[in-house]
Amino acid sequence: MAREEVKSRRDFLSRAAMVAGGLFISAGSTPFASLLYATERKSKTGPWYGMGIDLDRCIGCGRCADACKTENNVPRDPFFFRTWVEQYTILNDGSIHVESPNGGIDGFTQKFPDTDIFKAFFVPKMCNHCVKSPCTQVCPVGATFESPEGLSLVDPTYCLGCRYCVQACPYGCRYIHPETHVVDKCTMCYHRITKGLLPACVEVCPQEAKIFGDLNDPKSELVKFMKDHSWQVLKPHMNTEPKVYYNQLRAEVR
Amino acid sequence: MQHLYEMLSKVDGYIYPNEIELNWSVLIVLYPFITGLVAGAFILASLERVFKVKVLKPTYTIALLTALSFMMVATLPLISHLAQPQRFYEIMITPHLTSAMAIFGFVYLWYLMVVLLLEIWLDYRRDIVLWSQEKTGVMKRVYKILTLGVTDISKETVKWDDKLGYFVTIIGIPSAFLLHGYVGFIFGSVKANPWWSTVLMPVIFLFSAMVSGIALVMIVFMVVNYIRKQVIDMACLNEIGKYLLIALILDFALEGLDQVHRIYEAEESFNILDILVKGKLTYTLFVFQWFLGMIVPMITLAILQFVKNRDKLKRRLYMITGILVLCGIFFMRWNVVVGGQLFSKSFYGFTTFKLNLIGSEGIMMAALWLILPCTILAFLLWLLPPWKRHEA
Repeated sequence: MAREEVKSRRDFLSRAAMVAGGLFISAGSTPFASLLYATERKSKTGPWYGMGIDLDRCIGCGRCADACKTENNVPRDPFFFRTWVEQYTILNDGSIHVESPNGGIDGFTQKFPDTDIFKAFFVPKMCNHCVKSPCTQVCPVGATFESPEGLSLVDPTYCLGCRYCVQACPYGCRYIHPETHVVDKCTMCYHRITKGLLPACVEVCPQEAKIFGDLNDPKSELVKFMKDHSWQVLKPHMNTEPKVYYNQLRAEVR
Repeated sequence: MQHLYEMLSKVDGYIYPNEIELNWSVLIVLYPFITGLVAGAFILASLERVFKVKVLKPTYTIALLTALSFMMVATLPLISHLAQPQRFYEIMITPHLTSAMAIFGFVYLWYLMVVLLLEIWLDYRRDIVLWSQEKTGVMKRVYKILTLGVTDISKETVKWDDKLGYFVTIIGIPSAFLLHGYVGFIFGSVKANPWWSTVLMPVIFLFSAMVSGIALVMIVFMVVNYIRKQVIDMACLNEIGKYLLIALILDFALEGLDQVHRIYEAEESFNILDILVKGKLTYTLFVFQWFLGMIVPMITLAILQFVKNRDKLKRRLYMITGILVLCGIFFMRWNVVVGGQLFSKSFYGFTTFKLNLIGSEGIMMAALWLILPCTILAFLLWLLPPWKRHEA
């Protein structure tokens, strides 16, 4: 009798161990390559979209930010932006002043007298659709994913709203949508570009300061822009490989 | 939405427009705090079991039950914080393995099911069987269920329980390290945030976990003895005090190293972090975390090592020290989680944060997640009283 009961306890333990072990192994056995996310060079075929921004052309009218909100149903409150414009003013004393009232939608005023200003310029910001995007890396369920065209997109039916991606984005491009309660961000107007249209912000820019295009197409406007200008990306030390390329980007811009 | 408009006027310098609201609030402060308590309490229990610190024997089961109580609550603040809490299970069925957060559910379950529950069950099995024979009515049934149908308590079998329990504890130690080191990695691996992104983060989290877990068990041990009107085992209490001191010194050294390294390297983010710690974090960092939470307890515990007799005074000081340490570690989590979101990733300004009393992210909600594990602990101590166990 006693022997049998010893057995039953052992059976229970071995069963429990099998279930737990199975769970653990299935969790751990998936290639450790998942740790290598940002270390690998990616090469893609087919369209591979990016954006060029010519800071010499931007006049800070804010029409891009406004059009984006209209096109993508972004709440009108001044805390939710898929794209916005920053005004940088560097004074003669070296101090740096940055502003983006309502994302630049209502335009800008310069509060410093001309005589004090060393340099002033505008910087439109948007999702950089990084090649090694940290937001895609950290999403615990894969609700943020990379489209075949190299764009960082969100599946709103799948997002948990854990906000880890918001923390991981070095550029502040993500927010929790106050109505849908999932994360929201620039899609490069995916619904438009897949129909052959331009992203709304590019479409409305009166200065043609934003250049949308396919990085894999040598004849695209974007590739031409990149050939003709000495572009730079934001926060290159992050090794996120942004696909938004700025002409005349100054070191002060973060 | 109104509160965001109010906050707009309190922004200092420039922040990216999407950065006005803190994404992780007090509930995410509780998450590392509570898991830290679990890991720390378990490590104290394993000191007795694996490292044969016999004088700590009276705290062994208390430490394990404390760890279990807090472990059962650990995920609740996380889930209730999600914007889509009803989808939480997706992280278990479709984990995205490049995410540092993705396997938290598995690490958590491994620790809860394989380490804590198994170890407590093996340790209590003989008593549960005996209780199921002694008690009547509903309680008889409850204990019967807890035996999981295994009623053999022959000497050999109980000996095997002990061996298996020992084995589970040995697995448990690296698991406790994994559990809390991993929580540290979730923060430490965010390269976009210079306040979080340090390779020391998992190690600092681990040692601060030990500090808080030991302090908690010390307090629970004293409270349990007080309620039961028992004379407290001073040798045991002094020993806990000694280990708390050691853990505090190690934790202090690691945190000090982190800050020295930050200051000496003074990278791009240094200026904004310097303004952060000297401004918005002055009280929570310098006063609560370092001075009251570390330096005062360290000095007190160091002096107590040399004080003989005077047990009443010692008990009081241990109690005060324990509470100070727990508050200090809470503020350590606060400074990491909240502090790391107060400055803009543009490094040009700060947003503000105000903790509300009510609401899903308020003080009341946070208090609930701290009171609940204490209630569970009281229930477990009633269900599985360490002081009513049968002599072998």
